[in-house]
Amino acid sequence: MLTKPRETALYQAHLRLGAKMSPFGGFLMPIVYSSILEEHDAVRHAVGLFDLSHMAQFVASGDAVAAWLDGLSANEVASMRPNQARYNIFTNTAGGAHDDVIVYRLDGRWLIVANAANTAKVWELLRSSQPPGVRLEDRTAHSALLALQGPKAVALLQTLVDANLSKIRYYYAADAAVAGVRAEIARTGYTGEDGFEVFVPASAAMQLWERLLVDGRPFGLRPAGLGARDVLRLEAGMPLYGHELDEDITPLQAGLQWVVKFDKQFTGKAALEAQRTEDSYDRIAGLVMEGKAPARAGYAVRMDGEPAGEIRSGSPAPALGGKNVATALVRKAAATPGTRLEVEIRGKYHPATVVPMPFYKRPK
Amino acid sequence: MAQPSDRFYTKEHEWVKIDGKNAIVGITDYAQSSLGDIVYVELPKPGAALERSKPIGVVESVKAVSDIYAPVAGTVTEINAAVEDDPAKVNGDPFGDGWLVKLSGVDAADTTGLLDAAAYEELVKSL
Repeated sequence: MLTKPRETALYQAHLRLGAKMSPFGGFLMPIVYSSILEEHDAVRHAVGLFDLSHMAQFVASGDAVAAWLDGLSANEVASMRPNQARYNIFTNTAGGAHDDVIVYRLDGRWLIVANAANTAKVWELLRSSQPPGVRLEDRTAHSALLALQGPKAVALLQTLVDANLSKIRYYYAADAAVAGVRAEIARTGYTGEDGFEVFVPASAAMQLWERLLVDGRPFGLRPAGLGARDVLRLEAGMPLYGHELDEDITPLQAGLQWVVKFDKQFTGKAALEAQRTEDSYDRIAGLVMEGKAPARAGYAVRMDGEPAGEIRSGSPAPALGGKNVATALVRKAAATPGTRLEVEIRGKYHPATVVPMPFYKRPK
Repeated sequence: MAQPSDRFYTKEHEWVKIDGKNAIVGITDYAQSSLGDIVYVELPKPGAALERSKPIGVVESVKAVSDIYAPVAGTVTEINAAVEDDPAKVNGDPFGDGWLVKLSGVDAADTTGLLDAAAYEELVKSL
């Protein structure tokens, strides 16, 4: 299905900032404003501002929501506390992932934020299983999502909200007014840094964006595009749907054992139990390349001269001094940290070592 | 940025500065700007014989891999080791210090398929 990419409420702001725009998940999104490396640097050392309004936002309400979502997903929903956020995965019957999402338990409603590329698929999953008494709304078109990420993110946001942000713990959320705009703010992100994601009505997004650009100046704020975001998430060892996780790559293969709760019933549980018991599955490994050539998605990986798997994501990692890092889906025997592998790059084999992920952890 | 008028260009955004039988090859300002932060260059070995329009190496930015094509035929006499060590030089000075390879055995009379600065400027404006 080919349709014209949509524009977020901040499209004109991106053009004014000179962003390179590209279709992503059905939207025209800013990939880079000035330099991926500079934007990455701002997020690791100051604060970056992202437009994530392409991500799907579904709101569900009704008494049966938690039990319903628990049946569709690997992680627990019913045990979530008020205002808590939780990473989760909608599973298929084979244990693979329809999508990875964050579920937010807000006051009287649940918010599900899904990957833009999976909007239609997740909506169909929810609609086709929606229980009586549950109300469900796709608010994506009416709601913008801005993210402030980086060591200065909380201090900057604190200047614009009444609520005491130090009381909102990691993976918790609150209703708040941000610069006078009604918002939901959540201490979540996809960069490996502290920060908040801010949901506001699309009609107020431009006003808030411009305010953050101005008020963020003394904090070293830069707008950051999806290019920097991908590098940041890879360094932080976070999976990207379609790369480390998809319909054929299960959460166990992706190294997301902590997400899968075997003491409840959910789609694909039997398949995942069998996979866990057998334990011989291909899995995602973190690689550090020895040479200067970056590994890229799709490159072949071998061990002892034999095919071992393929690269799923790869990039130079500025947080590791520019070393090239990658994820690879490889045979179990090739996934142990310390294992020496080779990555085929344009017909030549380049040495790499398996390392534990994440590649980067923020200083405490 | 104006295109330097002392050299020729390709539709794939390489430049070649020909001096008798010798030539210097690089990528244009448009190319480096489109790629963004360049993190890796892979160049042919000195002594390699290059065929016109054939891939001779790659330039990689954080997110993209781009082939470099030979604007003219010739033999590699030197590669820019400074750019291999610090690929950002290509971003900083694509028409100068960011050059990639030097060639000998070039036929200066054969500029088949090459664009002059004005024609290349028109191409860039149309993109």
